[in-house]
Parts: sequence; C-alpha cells; structure tokens
Amino acid sequence: MYWEGEKECINRDALKQLQLERLQSTLFRVYMNVPFYRKKFDEIGIDPDDFRSLEDLSKLPFTSKDDLRMSYPYGMFAVPLREVVRVQASSGTTGMPTAVGYTRNDIKNWSHLVARILMAGGVTQNDIVQIAFDYGLFTGALGLHYGAERLGASVIPISGGNTRRQVKIMQDFKTTALMCTPSYALSIADTLIETGINVNSLSLKYGLFGAEPWSEAMRQELEEKLKIIATDNYGLSEVMGPGVAGECLERKGLHINEDHFLVEVVDPETLEPLSAGETGELVITTLTKEAFPVIRFRTRDLTSLRTEPCPCRRTFVRMNKVMGRTDDMIKIKGMNVFPSQVEAVLFEIEGTEPHYQIIVDRKGAIDELTVLVEVSESIFFDQVKKQKDFIDLIKTRLSSELGISVEVKPVEKRTLERFEGKAKRAIDKRKL
Amino acid sequence: MLILKNVDVHYGKIHAIKRVSLHVNKGEIVALIGGNGAGKTTLLRTISGLIRSSNGSLVFDGLDISRQSPDTIVKKGISHVPEGRLVFKPLSVEDNLLLGSYNWYSLKNRSEIKDDMERIYSIFPILEKRRKQLAGTLSGGEQQMLAIGRALMSRPQFLLLDEPSMGLAPTVVKEIFRYIVELRDTYGLTVLLVEQNARSALRIANTGYVLETGRIILQGPAEDLLLNRDVQRAYLGRDVDYTI
Repeated sequence: MYWEGEKECINRDALKQLQLERLQSTLFRVYMNVPFYRKKFDEIGIDPDDFRSLEDLSKLPFTSKDDLRMSYPYGMFAVPLREVVRVQASSGTTGMPTAVGYTRNDIKNWSHLVARILMAGGVTQNDIVQIAFDYGLFTGALGLHYGAERLGASVIPISGGNTRRQVKIMQDFKTTALMCTPSYALSIADTLIETGINVNSLSLKYGLFGAEPWSEAMRQELEEKLKIIATDNYGLSEVMGPGVAGECLERKGLHINEDHFLVEVVDPETLEPLSAGETGELVITTLTKEAFPVIRFRTRDLTSLRTEPCPCRRTFVRMNKVMGRTDDMIKIKGMNVFPSQVEAVLFEIEGTEPHYQIIVDRKGAIDELTVLVEVSESIFFDQVKKQKDFIDLIKTRLSSELGISVEVKPVEKRTLERFEGKAKRAIDKRKL
Repeated sequence: MLILKNVDVHYGKIHAIKRVSLHVNKGEIVALIGGNGAGKTTLLRTISGLIRSSNGSLVFDGLDISRQSPDTIVKKGISHVPEGRLVFKPLSVEDNLLLGSYNWYSLKNRSEIKDDMERIYSIFPILEKRRKQLAGTLSGGEQQMLAIGRALMSRPQFLLLDEPSMGLAPTVVKEIFRYIVELRDTYGLTVLLVEQNARSALRIANTGYVLETGRIILQGPAEDLLLNRDVQRAYLGRDVDYTI
C-alpha cells in the first residue's frame, strides 16, 4: 500500500530529471536569499546558473551543524519570517540548539512524507496511533502527528513519559500503532511484564520507531515482547523531521523520499563520496524546502545505501539502519566503537537484558572500555563459577566484535538509568 | 513526454534562457508563468523549433528534437498556438482550419480532414456557425478558439499554448480555460501553457514552473505554487501585509 504510489514508484530516469530541476531552483533560491550560502558559493566560485548535473553535487560546499548554530536563530531561513508558520528546534542531543522553520507548503509536504512512511510501515486510516514522543520544540511528535492525521488515522497525542499511563491508554483506547524511540518501547514492554499485563490483551499491531540507532536484535526483542511489526524510520529536524526515510514491510533498509531529499554517503574524515554499500556519513540536500533549505547537510549519522530493487516496488533507494553517530563513535585504542555494536552482541547472548552502559576511562596512559550490563536474576544469583564463565563469554564476544579488550561488569536488573527520549549509552570519562 | 535539460538560448549576446530544465508528463497541463520578458515565449518557440537552443537537450517522446525543423516537430505531434493567435484574418474560418492540416493534407485524405474539422466544430460549436466568415471579423475569444482549432488540425498529442487569455474579457478567459481542461480530460492532450494570468493557469495545471529573467526559480505542484508567497506577491497580484 502506498500513500503517493505514483511518486514513490517513479521511474529512476524521471526521478533524476525531477531532482535536477528541483536542485537547480533550490540553488538559485539559497543563493538569492541566504547570505551564508551566497558567501560560501562566491568563495569557492560556484555560479548556481552553471550547475548542470546531479554529478556536480560533490562540488558544492557542506553545511555543518556548527554552521546552523552560528546563524541561530533565523540566519539560515530562506524566506522572511512572515511566511513562516512554524518554528521548531533541534532536540539538542549534542550541544546548542538550532532553530528551523516551515512555510505552509513545508508543513503540507512534511505531512505527506510522514504519511508515506507510516503507510509503508503498515499504518492505515483504520489505525489508532499513540505518539509517545515529547511534544514541543522537538520535531518528532508533531511531525508524526500531522502525518498520521493526514493519513486519516486516529491520533492519541499522549507525548512521552509516564509509562504506566501509556499502558493504560494503550489498553483503554485500543491503540494499534505505537510511535516512540525503540528504547522507550522497551521500557513500555518491561512495564507490561512488571504489571502482569498480557500483551495479547492489547490491540497493538505496529511499532514505528526512530530518533536513535537500534539493532536488528532489538527489533526482534520488541516484536516478540509487544507482538508487533516494528519498522524503523529516520529524520532530523535540520532537514525536516521524521519523514525523510522509513522502512517498508520488507524491513530491509529505509526508503529515502528522494523526490524531496538528495542523499550521499561520504567518508567522515576525507569527505570523499562513497559508493553504494560503503558505510559513511549521510549527507542530505533538501529539494523542496521553502523556509529552511539545506545544501549537503552533514547529518553525522553513519549508514550505507542499498540500490538494489525492493520487492515493495518503491523505487527510492534505501539506507541501512543508522549504526551510530559520528560523534557517538568512541575512538579507543585506535578503533572506532559504536554503542550499537555492543547492543547487537548483548542481544545475542541469553541471560543479558538489553540495558547497558559503556564507560570509557583512562588508567595512566591506557584507555579502558567497560560495559555495564544488566543480567537476569537467575544468572546473577547462581554459582560463582557459572557467573564467571558467563561474564567471560560476554567479554570474548565483545572483544572479538570490537577488536579491543573489554571489561564487563554485571549489574542487577533495573539498576541502570531508563530513557524516555533518546538513550545516552556511552560515558567518556577520559580527560583529553 | 517532453524533457528539457539545461537548455540555453542566446539572442546574439543576450542570454535569454539560462540552463532551463523542465518536464511535462503525458496527459498533464503544465503552466509556465512569469513576468514580461522572462523568456516564456522564447522557450515555447525553442520547443517548436522556431528558435535554436545553443545548449542542452530537448527530448520529445524519447526523440531529440533540438535540431529538428519546425515542420518535422509538428509531424512528431507538437502543435503551437502562438501569442496573439495570429489567425489568417482575410481567410474564412474553414480555410484557417484547413491550413492547420497542411502537414498531412492531400486529396486522398479529404474525407478524413473533413471528419477532423467536424470534430473541431463539435468542440467549438461557435466556429461552425462562423465557418464561412472571415477570421478577421471574429471576436477575440472566437479567434483564440480558431487558433486552437487550427492547431488541433495537425493531429497533435502535445499543445504549446502561448498566452491564450491575452486581451480577453474575464468571462471569455474562463471559457477558454474550460476548453483547455476539456482538451486534456476528454481528448488526452498534453499541454504546456504559458500565461501571465498566473492564477487561472495554476488553477487548471497539474504542475507549474516560474520563469524569471530566463531561469526557473521555482517548480512544483500547481497547488503549492498558488500557496507560495513569492508567487502570490509577484504574479498573483496579492497584497502582502508587511507588518509583522
């Protein structure tokens, strides 16, 4: 089922033409209306009138999160404020906030793009959608909200937090689709177990999760615990919000709404474009945004692209699940380590809970990586020998996955912090 | 159906069309709007081969037409209704229509041509009433219908319409636009419509392009362009409140 089938299944040649047309007019508009881009283009001698091919994209300058911060709040807007009908701010996971704006057309397009992704994830107008993201400046909740309404679903704008109430509303309102971060979905699942609520008594069918990286193992866990089909979706406020990309029911990568966003994957160090299949930093150029267009925005999210055709017949390329952020990347003993790698290993080991924390510290001149992991009571209180073997198993598996030696400390269930929004998995105590 | 990629047109030293890319899908009306001197007419004349592009590609139905002669382009199925209608005023309505079929006219085809003419009379009944009248004696609206009818006589799949509303009274404009919609919906024609009357054009169009000093500065679904404040300010004559 498609929300805008003709567009989502457009033939690739027609898509390329559309992208070129939209990019050409976007370049002209940012050059005319955003001093930042005019200056940057002039500096490196780019004449927007001379931009003739999508292949020339790599000649354009990047836009970084810092560029947006420097122009906080309104410096990057391409239209006067009187044409802006909404202002949101980035969730500020890292550092200072950035403000973004939307015109009426931007809001309309945003709603349609989210509706596409919801439908790709199985949601229809017959669904009852519980949105457990925080409403407010963060784009997640309102973006999904408008999309779900556009789709015709019944929306419960419950916002984040108060997990018991989430469960009660879920029971009373017969929620069929849950939208939140995967880590919060896991908290909800745990609360169901704690309070002895049989998941079969709920009406849940779909979970659409996003806003943080999560593993395939986590998906399996959520699907089993909540009896749902769980899909991943992707977006960021600097580019629009949710609705940039989302999985179809094949669940093998997220289709990017390429008629509105032009994507590349580049090497985060050299900034050279990478080819399909290679992992690097996702870079996005908006093609239709009126109020807040961005050229080659560096998302800091690490992923790779898949160009092979998808059985769902959507022709948009897919990005693999985001495996981490360039700034979540922990450089330790010369290796790049991502929390998502740790998560994937823990999920595979019977007896561990999917709650963990990574602590990096420096003893003398040597970096040490310690993983705190919650373990099931049965194992924690068992004989010492067995416990030691179990810890060793986790150690060995983590060390071989990460390529460095790892310390593992088991902790009791429910001793690590739970997250209602984005999870913060790694703590770096090194003084660098 | 029609795809333009990076088309440049020069008049001597004047760069009249700057790397314009646009496309028209089969069965759609696409509106090309913009102020005086933006290059709208130049672009239409480039498509129909009356002016040569200096750069870029023009592909119609998979075929590069950038170096084809105007009469070949008519034979491929593109018909041009020029700005100011340009009907042959001293000739009768019927003769004007007949001239439109010059690309396939022969004595053998006489009965087919007659059928086509009847079909055009059924679309524009007023033309049948005036068939023997000299074109110069028709009203502006009737001349516009005649110009469109004449273009249809070449059996096109694709119509280039240049300012069909020019100089017509508002009620007549409405009528002409109704006909354009009918040509798309009933006869499956594809239309590239150039208009100063941006609002009317965008209301009937599927998608739109805004041309300014030779460049496309905006493109998108027609309904989005109607909502866009730049378009409203510049082309829809809407007063914009400057108080914040």
